[in-house]
Amino acid sequence: MGHHYLLPDISRPDRIGCSLPRLDVPPSELPPEELLRQELYLPELSEVDVVRYFIALSKLNYGVDTGFYPLGSCTMKYNPRLHEDIAQLPGFASIHPYQPAKSVQGALQLMFELQQYLAEITGMNATSLAPMAGAHGELASILLVKAYHHTRGDKLLKKILVPDSSHGTNPATAAMCGFEVDTVPSDNEGNVDLNSLESMMNEEVAAVTLTIPNTLGLFDPQIAEISRLVHERGGLLCGDGANLNSLLGKVKFGDLGIDCVQVNLHKTFSTPHGGGGPGSGPICVKTNLAQFLPSPLVTKNDKGYTFTTPPKSIGRLGASYGNFGVMVKAYAYIRTLGAEGLKEVSENSVLNANYLKEKLKGYYHLPYDRTCMHEVVFSGKKQKAKGVKTLDIAKRLLDYGFHPPTIYFPLVVNEALMTEPTETESKETLDAYIDAMKQIAREADENPEILHTAPHNTPVRRLDEVRAARQPDLRWRMGKHY
Amino acid sequence: MNPKEYKYTQEHEWICSEPENKGKVGITDYAQSQLGDVVFVDLPPPGSQVEQLKKMGEIESVKAVSDLFAPVSGRVLEINQAVINEPALVNQDPYGDGWLVRLELSNSSELDALMDSDKYDEFVSRLNEEGSE
Amino acid sequence: MPSPYLPNTDTDRTAMLREIGVDSIEELFQDIPREFRNVQFKLPPPLSELELKEELRQLSNRNTNLEDYACFLGAGYYRHFIPSVVGHIISRSEFYTAYTPYQAEVSQGTLQSIYEFQSLVCQLTGMEVSNAGMYDGSTAAAEAALMACRVTKRDKVAVMSTIHPKYYEVVETYAKGHSIPLEKVESNLDGLPSDCACLIVPQPNFFGYFGNMEACVQKAHDIGALLIVIVDPISLGMFKPPGDYGADIVVAEGQALGNPISFGGPGVGIFACRKEYLRQMPGRIVGKTVDVAGQTGYVLTLVTREQHIRRERATSNICTSEALVALATTVYLATLGKRGLRKVAELCYHKAHYAADAISKLKGYSLVFPQPFFKEFVVHCPAKPHLINNTLFQESIIGGLDLSYILDNSMLLCVTEMNTKEEIDRLVEILGTFYRN
Repeated sequence: MGHHYLLPDISRPDRIGCSLPRLDVPPSELPPEELLRQELYLPELSEVDVVRYFIALSKLNYGVDTGFYPLGSCTMKYNPRLHEDIAQLPGFASIHPYQPAKSVQGALQLMFELQQYLAEITGMNATSLAPMAGAHGELASILLVKAYHHTRGDKLLKKILVPDSSHGTNPATAAMCGFEVDTVPSDNEGNVDLNSLESMMNEEVAAVTLTIPNTLGLFDPQIAEISRLVHERGGLLCGDGANLNSLLGKVKFGDLGIDCVQVNLHKTFSTPHGGGGPGSGPICVKTNLAQFLPSPLVTKNDKGYTFTTPPKSIGRLGASYGNFGVMVKAYAYIRTLGAEGLKEVSENSVLNANYLKEKLKGYYHLPYDRTCMHEVVFSGKKQKAKGVKTLDIAKRLLDYGFHPPTIYFPLVVNEALMTEPTETESKETLDAYIDAMKQIAREADENPEILHTAPHNTPVRRLDEVRAARQPDLRWRMGKHY
Repeated sequence: MNPKEYKYTQEHEWICSEPENKGKVGITDYAQSQLGDVVFVDLPPPGSQVEQLKKMGEIESVKAVSDLFAPVSGRVLEINQAVINEPALVNQDPYGDGWLVRLELSNSSELDALMDSDKYDEFVSRLNEEGSE
Repeated sequence: MPSPYLPNTDTDRTAMLREIGVDSIEELFQDIPREFRNVQFKLPPPLSELELKEELRQLSNRNTNLEDYACFLGAGYYRHFIPSVVGHIISRSEFYTAYTPYQAEVSQGTLQSIYEFQSLVCQLTGMEVSNAGMYDGSTAAAEAALMACRVTKRDKVAVMSTIHPKYYEVVETYAKGHSIPLEKVESNLDGLPSDCACLIVPQPNFFGYFGNMEACVQKAHDIGALLIVIVDPISLGMFKPPGDYGADIVVAEGQALGNPISFGGPGVGIFACRKEYLRQMPGRIVGKTVDVAGQTGYVLTLVTREQHIRRERATSNICTSEALVALATTVYLATLGKRGLRKVAELCYHKAHYAADAISKLKGYSLVFPQPFFKEFVVHCPAKPHLINNTLFQESIIGGLDLSYILDNSMLLCVTEMNTKEEIDRLVEILGTFYRN
């Protein structure tokens, strides 16, 4: 049994996984026949079947709880158990968004305080908790940029500049807002090429989006200069806060000249990734942009907490207030750590990444041999020369019991291995990873075949993605119609 | 390797002239090897007009999308249904069975702007050198 | 005080600094101009787990929760029964501490369960393909509108006026990004613009009522527009799925399927469409394939639609969505199955109609709309709804949504399988005290 079957295979007629109460009121007349469905084809399983099936599936997964998960820019840190318990308290889990405000003052207080904490942490003046993921927060930022310029009557502005190392969501978001995207090249140090920026920063540019530190894990020391240049020419400087883990409690985005920034609660603030969400991507802005924030915001007056809409709000991003269940966890995290604790996070995450960098740089090509922040980007270039691809290295790491780093991103590095250990990993774990990577480098020299055919120890091996794309099989079918 | 009688664009499309002002268009061997296994082709419908060096379609592999540019201006007469059904043909036989569209040229002098086979070979060699740096 | 979430001690740090060849951690921050480093942060002092748990428990007690109060409030977020098994499955940390399944070999649990989710959504909605979920029902509707614009190459969106008002606002926010105008259309479809890319119709509508979908499909397709239907997924246990009457895209809020209300988030946006539009569909998609040994396995597929490949030409910028919520929905549907979901729908239907019938017999109350409804209905009240709700609240009941902003003295009431006959009778009794001769 286990995972080799799908729900329809396990299904048997007349089974049910949950008991339901009898109807305790007299039945009413049914609606007209043409509104009703004739047949409902869903699987029928007992509770035992459901549990065994999903438990079997869970065992095929590798999570942070399983082991080291050094995906660059994902900040796969440990998810505290306390947060899970708190989010399930009925006073947080069983409240309706449209209940009267007086009956949810605890929830509103939590959101209000979180708004404040995030503004303080990022060095901004106002926060919206509405965006439900980082990309959603980026969308809010760019819509905000558009609204800002529109209000000032700046009609010409139609471009957003992003660095060549930027995450794909940056240009995708800009396009969703009707902007053209131009790419600013990096220099040999991995920093923004200031000369190029200088020539590209003209009256058509509405904003520049920077990830700080960048996706190479490097802090661009020219930030003050970049900020000056962008602002002088009438643009806004937007931050992608995905890499905040390296700056927590130490550096404020606001001080660097950032006008608006989105943060990821499911990265920096320890809420679980869930296999792809739920996340939460609040945005924080300077005072002059606060009027454009997505609605609603939580405000406080002498009567208590309430929702308000900023005067020139870009509008709603969701039918309620954002992912409250995720906010609860991030709130608990900040209250657990305090300012000192946050600083320990960034300092230890940067220490861990630099340790990995030093120990592995003899074995893997390091495109930028300088101090990194919370992540380090290696290249599989040396191994490529022996016919071993970064993909092979990643697959072989699975055999050693590790989740591989992010591969083939950022695009500016050939055969990239973007590695972010986070602060929640011990020196022993890092040493074990280092040993595995050294072993793999040796294998690339002595026995490349074992890398080409890796992984060897996983439940499935080298899935045929070409077939999946050429012959899409995206669902099973039950019943005659579907 | 690259057929001598074909003409080539810098975006790695080829055109093979046919009698009566027609031409068959595809992508080169270099292009298909860069793309990887082709999984989907998006071609302009028969009857539509295309313009020289403007985008007329897309070719997708598992991990990349590439624009398809028209080597010359004209009207689409026919698209290769075999490739639609079996995108792998583009990888297997890019100059033959993997052809993509057949055009009726509106201005055959546009062919002069394209590279001949030798020039295209040089162009690709240079790209290969740069790539290995 | 050492942190439980930070294993390295001073001893470890000293050893690591030595290996790196620097004297202090501060040296690792040298790229950051000194004036920006080590600034002050005004945040509350840290709390131990014991203290924080107590403080947050008290904070949560300042909220009136729906386990203590009877709830007759719906309007897009619903109190439905969540079988215990759902919470236990999604608490498996192999599921909740995993990342997006980019390394398929160690993510088959996530991938196979998404394949199940996609299948169940298709079975429920009658559509051919589904994605792995979006942020919520409203953003799913917005992304569907943008998709329709891409497919039809038009840039206008028509929305029926009876849509959830917050959904309208969200579609508007997204449409504004592309400078796409929205047009509100009445239920009779008069004035449907002939150049719109899509018609967005709720079924049931925000007020709980069913309309003539055949007419909507006909009219939309006649002008070459796509029909986008917003559904109540629980209603699909009883009512005709949109795939059966020709919808092009179906979206819904999945919260009702096995997820706590959680103050409106996280939920999950259900998104399904016809096969021919597959390549324009946003969001992640999982496909079945085989591995080198011929074993069945699952992978993220058709990724060239997405942001990390197509960047500025992506179908959407969505990256992280609501995977764990979708998993809860999958477990819920697997647990209830064909009989269970139908039973839940019927319980909602009959209880809501029992309540509506009893209220309609009260002096001063009337049912506002004659059309068939599922679990929500609108009543006209003899007193202001907010006053009625105040009284109900004192009796440990959360009343319906005050609709006075569009319909004088009207309230949107919701009844689900969670409301007992006693609760309903009590509601009716209290409502009955408001009539003044």
